[in-house]
Amino acid sequence: MTVAAAAPPPQAALHRLPDGRWHRIEICFWLLPPAAFFLLPGYLVLGSQILIVALFALSLDLILGYAGIASLGHAAFFGIGAYTAGLLAVHGWGEPLSGLLLAGALAAVAGYLVSFLVVRGEDLARLMVTLGIGLLLYEAANKAAFITGGVDGLSGVTMWKLLGVFPFDLGGKVAYVYSLAVLFLLFLLMRRLVNSPFGLSLRGLREGGKRMPAIGAPVRSRQVLIFAIAAGVAGIAGGLLAQTTQFVGLEVLGFPRSAELLIMLVLGGAGRLYGALIGAALFMVAQEVLSGLNPVYWQFWIGLLLVVVVLFARGGIMGAAEVLCMRLWRKGT
Amino acid sequence: MLINFAGILFDGIAYGSLLFLIGIGLSVTMGLMNFINLGHGAFAMLGGYVCVATMTRLGLPFLAALPIAFIVTALAGVILERALYQRLYQASHLEQVLFSIGLTFMAIAAATYFWGPSQQPVQLPEFLRGQVRVVGLDLGAYRLFLVALVIVITLALGWLVAHTRFGAQVRAAVDNQQAAAGMGIHVNRIFALTFALGSGLAGLGGALGIDVLGLDPTFPVKYMVYFLLVVSVGGAGSMKGTLVAALILGVFDVAGKYYVPEVGAFVIYALMVLLLILFPAGLYGRRV
Repeated sequence: MTVAAAAPPPQAALHRLPDGRWHRIEICFWLLPPAAFFLLPGYLVLGSQILIVALFALSLDLILGYAGIASLGHAAFFGIGAYTAGLLAVHGWGEPLSGLLLAGALAAVAGYLVSFLVVRGEDLARLMVTLGIGLLLYEAANKAAFITGGVDGLSGVTMWKLLGVFPFDLGGKVAYVYSLAVLFLLFLLMRRLVNSPFGLSLRGLREGGKRMPAIGAPVRSRQVLIFAIAAGVAGIAGGLLAQTTQFVGLEVLGFPRSAELLIMLVLGGAGRLYGALIGAALFMVAQEVLSGLNPVYWQFWIGLLLVVVVLFARGGIMGAAEVLCMRLWRKGT
Repeated sequence: MLINFAGILFDGIAYGSLLFLIGIGLSVTMGLMNFINLGHGAFAMLGGYVCVATMTRLGLPFLAALPIAFIVTALAGVILERALYQRLYQASHLEQVLFSIGLTFMAIAAATYFWGPSQQPVQLPEFLRGQVRVVGLDLGAYRLFLVALVIVITLALGWLVAHTRFGAQVRAAVDNQQAAAGMGIHVNRIFALTFALGSGLAGLGGALGIDVLGLDPTFPVKYMVYFLLVVSVGGAGSMKGTLVAALILGVFDVAGKYYVPEVGAFVIYALMVLLLILFPAGLYGRRV
């Protein structure tokens, strides 16, 4: 036994293999949304929006942050989920949970089919193909107004009571708890997923796409699988939005939604799960405050923020926090 | 029927030549610097606004406003390239995309702040209005002017790339940046100059396109897809590819909107996805 082995270098300690244990900070983080439910009862509608968008951002994090597949059209799957859940409810099946499951399942199937077009190309072709598919779907929903309601949106979504007990109320209490429960449940699954050997192989693909086949990892099938999973999660997020707002607008499929999603993820920090959550929350709160002042200025500030993050703060908020922690940790030893 | 078809073909070609004029700069930035610039449409928009401003505020005629639009956008391009873009040549494609989306958002907000959200009108000179009769066909005089101008510019660009020292340096840098730098070519200077030229042409295209494409603050996002499509279908860095793709796109778009208006932009997006799947590196792509 050498001295070095007894005291491993800091790098090794920080970059150890992930284990399933929960850090204290994570537990504190997850206490915040329930606390907000009791402390800020006037903001529950915004709160459930944040939770839904956070789930959507998590789904993008799976493919972008972990598997390294950039997408400019992730809203396509969000929209598929939203329209599935909305149309089900309009046509007489307003049961929330089964509607949500079907929304996720349909979006996952769509994601599975699309993934074959996406994974075969390089970065640029992927961005273009996802962008094209997103626009295609938007146009389709726009033109198929007899099904989707077109630009007027899909109204008349009436939901049954959640679990047969809790009716969706105007104050948004049930919607908030429902969204939070779905988000937390899916977060647990995703956390497990990214820390599994499968999740590790995705990170391998992101870091060195050429080496992974050499060690026997099936590159294409892994990418297809994660793309379908991410699409399914996005679909569930879309379904949640349709069910809690009881309305589906055409903008669920729009390019701005895909772009904003990327912004949130980059702002929070991709590839960390929590980055997606923090980024989504910050973005939504900032949007609420700033676009209340003037929607045009809001767009200016978000553009500026994006430029600054890319130029000076790669890794976003979580990246900056990690660097800070690393420095503090080194000082401590 | 046949005459009708010829008219649509001509309109499509006029539209496509505009797309080519704006898209060629994007093609060069992608081919030369491997930079995905989603903000390229913002340069075209700037050119359009400069054209409108010089005409309404300074009272200059349309033909005099065009070179000013070119020069101002080229200057803006070179300033932005030196100050911001060149920092991201080595960055990942995703970062470039995000950065240029950010710039586009800022440009849209700034345009709304200065000019308001409405469409800008353009006062065309007398001789460019109305129709001209050419071999039994009524063609829009302005579109004829547009096609002629783009043909001249294309020939000039072709000569520039094929027969000048600058063109040879650009081609060398596109083919192999490191080898070109090793041969003593100032690659950075070539980058800045081509970026300026590309954004200048986009500005000129934006100014010429006010009458065809319209001009309002959402311009960069509305047409972003078209420019990207022209470049990714044509193959980044290839002038011939960009021209062919722009003309195909222009004709298909105009014909699609005329014959099957209920399908709308669907035709274009479907064409885009199909062509990208069949030719991942573009019709005339250099890189595999």
